[in-house]
Amino acid sequence: MVVFDKPNALADASMHYCPGCTHGIVHRLVAEVMDELGIEGRTIGIAPVGCSVMAYNYFNCDMIEAAHGRAPAVATGVKRAEPDSIVFTYQGDGDLASIGMAETVHSAARNENITIIFINNAIYGMTGGQMAPTTLPGQVTQTSPYGRDVNHCGFPIKVCEMLSELDGPEYLERVAVNNVKNVKNAKKAIKKAFQNQVDGKGFSLVEVISSCPTNWGMTPKKALEWIDEKMIPYYPLGVYKDRTAAKEETK
Amino acid sequence: MADKVLMKGNEAIAEAAIIAGCKHYFGYPITPQTEIAAYMAKRMPKIGGVFLQAESEIAAINMVYGVAATGHRVMTSSSSPGISLKGEGLSYLAGADLPSLIVNVQRGGPGLGGIQPSQSDYFQATKGGAHGDFHMIVLAPASVQEMADLTVKGFELADKYRMTSMILADGTMGQMMEPVALDYEIAPAPEKPWATVGTKMAREHNIVNSLFLAPEELERVNFERYERYAAIKENETMYEEYMMEDADICVAAFGIAARVAKNAINEARKQGIKVGLIRPITLWPFPEAPFKKAADKVKAVVSVELSMGQMIEDIRLATECKVPVSLCNRAGGMIPSPEQVLEAIKAANNGGAK
Repeated sequence: MVVFDKPNALADASMHYCPGCTHGIVHRLVAEVMDELGIEGRTIGIAPVGCSVMAYNYFNCDMIEAAHGRAPAVATGVKRAEPDSIVFTYQGDGDLASIGMAETVHSAARNENITIIFINNAIYGMTGGQMAPTTLPGQVTQTSPYGRDVNHCGFPIKVCEMLSELDGPEYLERVAVNNVKNVKNAKKAIKKAFQNQVDGKGFSLVEVISSCPTNWGMTPKKALEWIDEKMIPYYPLGVYKDRTAAKEETK
Repeated sequence: MADKVLMKGNEAIAEAAIIAGCKHYFGYPITPQTEIAAYMAKRMPKIGGVFLQAESEIAAINMVYGVAATGHRVMTSSSSPGISLKGEGLSYLAGADLPSLIVNVQRGGPGLGGIQPSQSDYFQATKGGAHGDFHMIVLAPASVQEMADLTVKGFELADKYRMTSMILADGTMGQMMEPVALDYEIAPAPEKPWATVGTKMAREHNIVNSLFLAPEELERVNFERYERYAAIKENETMYEEYMMEDADICVAAFGIAARVAKNAINEARKQGIKVGLIRPITLWPFPEAPFKKAADKVKAVVSVELSMGQMIEDIRLATECKVPVSLCNRAGGMIPSPEQVLEAIKAANNGGAK
C-alpha cells in the first residue's frame, strides 16, 4: 500500500533550493491541491524573479517565467485571455511587496480571479540575503548589517493587513509551514485559494511564513523555531479577509 | 473596395487592430495617443474583447506579455516616456520570443519633454529599446492609411517571426484625419503550439521563459534569434522611392518628415534641381540597399528628421560614407517647413559635390 507519493502535478526534478528551505513544502502543497481539484491540465503557473524563478521546472502544468514583481500583471493577461484556465503566481516578499507592490495592490483591487502564493521569509534569498520589505525591525541582513533600523529605512510591510482594507479581494490568509499543524493549515488555505478561483470568486492570496536558514545564518531546525519566536508574533497567522464567509455570517 | 471613412490616425490604428483579430488591449493614459485607448474602451466590450486600463505602463506591457504567452493577438500603445517604462517588458517579450504589437506615438523628449510631435525615439526603437541583444520590427507610417495598413502588417509579422512589432508614429500622424479604406483579407494566425494555455493533460508542459543560466545555452538562443533577424532583413524590408531615377540629391525621411520633404522636392524639381526621396517604411530592418545604390549615383544625401539627427547614422552606415550626408532637422516638437527642407536641398546641390 502506497501511503505517501509524489503529487502528479509536481515534476520529477531535483530542486535547487537550499537544505532546510521551505519552498519545497509549499511547492508540494500547491501540487497536491492541483491533483485534488483535478485542475493541472488547465493551470498556468507564473513564477517571477526570486528564489522560485525556476519553479517552471518543478510543476507539470504550463508555466511562465515573469519579470521581477510583474507576475500579477502577467496573470491578469493570461486570465483575461483564457478565462477558463486556472492561473496562479508564486512570489517572494521582495517581488510581491517591494518592486511589484503596485501590481499586487491593483490586481487585488480589481479582484482578478487569480490565486497568489506569497512566500514571506523576510529576506531576499536569491541575491544572497539582503533586506526585504518584510525584514523584521533589528534583523541583520547583508544590507542592514547593524540590524534593520526603522528610523532609517522604515517598517516592515504587513501585506495581508494592508490588502484587507481594499474592497476588491475575496480571500486573504496568512499561514506558516514550520510545523505539522501549520503545514496542514497551509494546505487548507492554499486549497481554498484555488477553489475560490475554480468557483469564480476572485482574488485569493495566501501568505506563507517561510524560513531561509542559509541567509538567516541558522540551522534548518533553529530557523523553524525562529518563525515561532520572531516571525509569527510580528505577522500573526489567520484569515484577514473572506468575503464569502462574511456574507454567510450576515445571513 | 470598401468605402473610405474619415478617421484620426490613432483611431485607424485601433480599428485596424480589431480587424486584424486583436481582442486584447492594455494601456495607460498619455498624450498624444490616448484616442487609441478611448477607441478600444468603447469597441472592445462590443466585440467580446478586453480593454483594461492598467495601473502603469509597466503593468500594461506585462499584461501584454501574459496574453501573448497564451497565443492571442494583443497590443498596447503609449507615447515616448511611457515607452521607456515598457522597456523592461519589451526585453522580456524578446527574450521569451513572444509576438505583440506596440504603438509609440512619439512626442518630444528627453524627460517629460513636451506633447508635440517628434521622431526622437528612433534610436530607442531601432536599436533594441532595452537591455540585451534584440530587435523589434519597426514600422513608420506616413499617412493615416498606413497607420492602419502597418498595424495589420505588424500583427502578421509579429506572429510570423515570434517577436514584437512596433508602430513608430508621431503626434501628427496620431492626431490628423484622412480618408482610410479598411478592407483587409486577414489570413488566419499561425498555429502556436508553444502557447501556455494548459496542457489538457495531453502534452508535456509548455514553458515561456527568458532565463538561461548556462552561458552556452544563452549564446545559442541569441544566435538563433539573430538568424531569424537575418531572414527578416532579407524578406521584410520596406521603403518607398520617389523621383530617385535621375536624382542628384537624395532626401531621406520617414513619417511626417517625408510628407514635408515631398513638398520641398516638388518645389525643387520646379526650380530644376534633380532631387528624389527614399522613405524607409521599416526603420528596422533599415532599407540599406536603396541607400547603398543611391550612394553611387547622387552627390549628397539630406536626412530630414524631427530629432537631433538619429536616422542619419544608419544612412551614413548604409552609404558607407561615399557621399556627404547632411541633417535638416527641428526638435522638441517642432516640424521642419518645406522651405527649410528646400534650402537644405539647395545647399546640398551647391556644396555637396565631392
